[in-house]
Amino acid sequence: MNPQAVGIVYRKELTEWLRDRRTLISTVLVPLLLFPVLILGFTYLATNLIGKAQKEIPNIMIIGGEDSPKVVAALEKIETLKIVPYAADWKNQISEKTIRAAVEIPPGFQASLETNEEKTVTIYFYEGEIKSSFGAEHIEKSLKEYRDQVVKDRLAARNIATSVLTPFEIKQQNVAPPEKVSGATIGGFIGYLVILLCMTGAMYPAIDLTAGEKERGTMETILSSPVSRLDLVLGKFLLVLSAALATAVLSIFSMGISFAGMRHFNPPAQSGSSEAGALILQLGPKPVLFIFAMALPLAVFFAAALMTIALFAKTYKEAQSYLTPMTFVVIIPAVASLLPGVELTPKLALVPILSTSLVCKEIIAGTYHWSSIALIFLSTCLYAAIALFLAVKMFQREDVLFRS
Amino acid sequence: MIETRGLSKRFNDKKRGQIRAVDNVSFTCKPGQIYGLLGANGAGKTTTLRMLATILEPSDGTAVVCGHDVIEEPEKVRANVGFLSTATALYPRLTAQEMVEYFGQLNGIFGGELKKRVDEIFGRLDMNSFRDRRCDKLSTGMKQKTSIARTLIHDPQVMIFDEPTLGLDIMTARTIIEFIRECRQRGKTVIFSTHVMSEVEKLCDVIGIIHNGKLLAEGPLPQLRQEYSENDLEEIFVKVVGPHYAGAEA
Repeated sequence: MNPQAVGIVYRKELTEWLRDRRTLISTVLVPLLLFPVLILGFTYLATNLIGKAQKEIPNIMIIGGEDSPKVVAALEKIETLKIVPYAADWKNQISEKTIRAAVEIPPGFQASLETNEEKTVTIYFYEGEIKSSFGAEHIEKSLKEYRDQVVKDRLAARNIATSVLTPFEIKQQNVAPPEKVSGATIGGFIGYLVILLCMTGAMYPAIDLTAGEKERGTMETILSSPVSRLDLVLGKFLLVLSAALATAVLSIFSMGISFAGMRHFNPPAQSGSSEAGALILQLGPKPVLFIFAMALPLAVFFAAALMTIALFAKTYKEAQSYLTPMTFVVIIPAVASLLPGVELTPKLALVPILSTSLVCKEIIAGTYHWSSIALIFLSTCLYAAIALFLAVKMFQREDVLFRS
Repeated sequence: MIETRGLSKRFNDKKRGQIRAVDNVSFTCKPGQIYGLLGANGAGKTTTLRMLATILEPSDGTAVVCGHDVIEEPEKVRANVGFLSTATALYPRLTAQEMVEYFGQLNGIFGGELKKRVDEIFGRLDMNSFRDRRCDKLSTGMKQKTSIARTLIHDPQVMIFDEPTLGLDIMTARTIIEFIRECRQRGKTVIFSTHVMSEVEKLCDVIGIIHNGKLLAEGPLPQLRQEYSENDLEEIFVKVVGPHYAGAEA
């Protein structure tokens, strides 16, 4: 190997790469914009939509209840509901979103309360429609309050204390620090995105520097120069790796900025509730550094593997058709790491991509299992070395370079 | 100096089985001489020249270029060779100057010496007006000049031209022909493949007629004329290739 020749090839490829709009979009623009748009945009949109839905006073219809004036009066008293007159097409009105929900009070309901006969009140709503769900929740809440009051009255009539119904309380208390809660909730998703962007960042330069070069007719030009094929493939590989890493670095950077921005919109002090707290993610320098270190051998693996496959193709389009299905090969293990209950085991630590995604999830959650980290790093390095070896071998095959 | 000894190349084809693209070809090409490899499409010209430029490795036999064996020392061979064909394109996102400098660097030329050579070649080929223009913005003629500059930057002793005028307009083709002549004048060893008879008649000192991978006839044009009792090169070519062509078609 001649490091000077590798450097010359690398510099030339870098110059061309920086002048290529297509690869710049996939390597620089997408990771820089994806996270802010995805995280900030989604948070803003969700908060806005939920806030609006919560503020709305839903139109509710009462079905029946003519013989139960007390419960109807109790419902009418609720300020967060607007009772509209009964109409026979209430089902249609819920579907059309004219009313948000309807409550059916069975005949003889009020009388049944006196005789202890059990009756069922049914709430009709539009499942999956957030404003309808809020309407149904309001009705259910007020009916529960009414039911509790009936129970209290019954107990009082029998001179029994209400505490008889609750001999003890049950309480859940979270002991995990907020960043671990966040890591478990969205850590896997971050690892998944870093891996995916690492791959997409490598994909276009890998095609451009192999099949693209064949298609443009420059492969024969460079092969006629004194540079050895090993130096040539290493120079090209370093550029593809740089693109993959640039994408990973930019995505981690943009992720950090996005979460900082999200904290600004939704500060922890104000959030209070555990649900809001779960969305707060602290990305300090240590997890960022470790995610980068774990992504490094995977980027080498992607760069070499994609180049090896793309070199088979005669044209840019043909290479794209080979590599597009590869995206699924990457997405499936990365998504598997997001599934609930999938945890890092010594066996899974040997599965490329999945292991990196799982370890990123743990790192973000603040858990550092050093033996697993070492095993994943070394096994991914081994896969990367095999892929690089194959890429070098492939560049020495005349039937691949001059496939007709 | 180029010397081939039993040079052969076999390819495996899924449909046709093993193909002998070049079959036991031996010839010598001396400095200050233009050797013309004449043959129809698919005769084995490009494969022969690619083996001489070490882009392909021979299956059997070998060739020695400027004292270096193409199998044993391919990088040293390439350092002494300038290879030009219509298939050797330019990098579209590099400027003409960057393209030539890149090949200079790959040949171990740097700094002041590289600048001096680039300036000299750009001046000689009248390329200064487009030296900073990207190769994808160049006209065909400008591209050919840049390709020539690319092959000349390391001042190679051997020039290999694989159908260099294929698909070019008359004016651009003339630039190439002039350049090939100039190479001979400078004492370089030149090998040139074509299927255009007029180019061979105008340029070549020695002609090799190749068909189905075999070198069927070789010699200076006057010698071939005498041997085949024909004045016209096209007639000579038909006489040489005809019997084998019929056999191949059958």
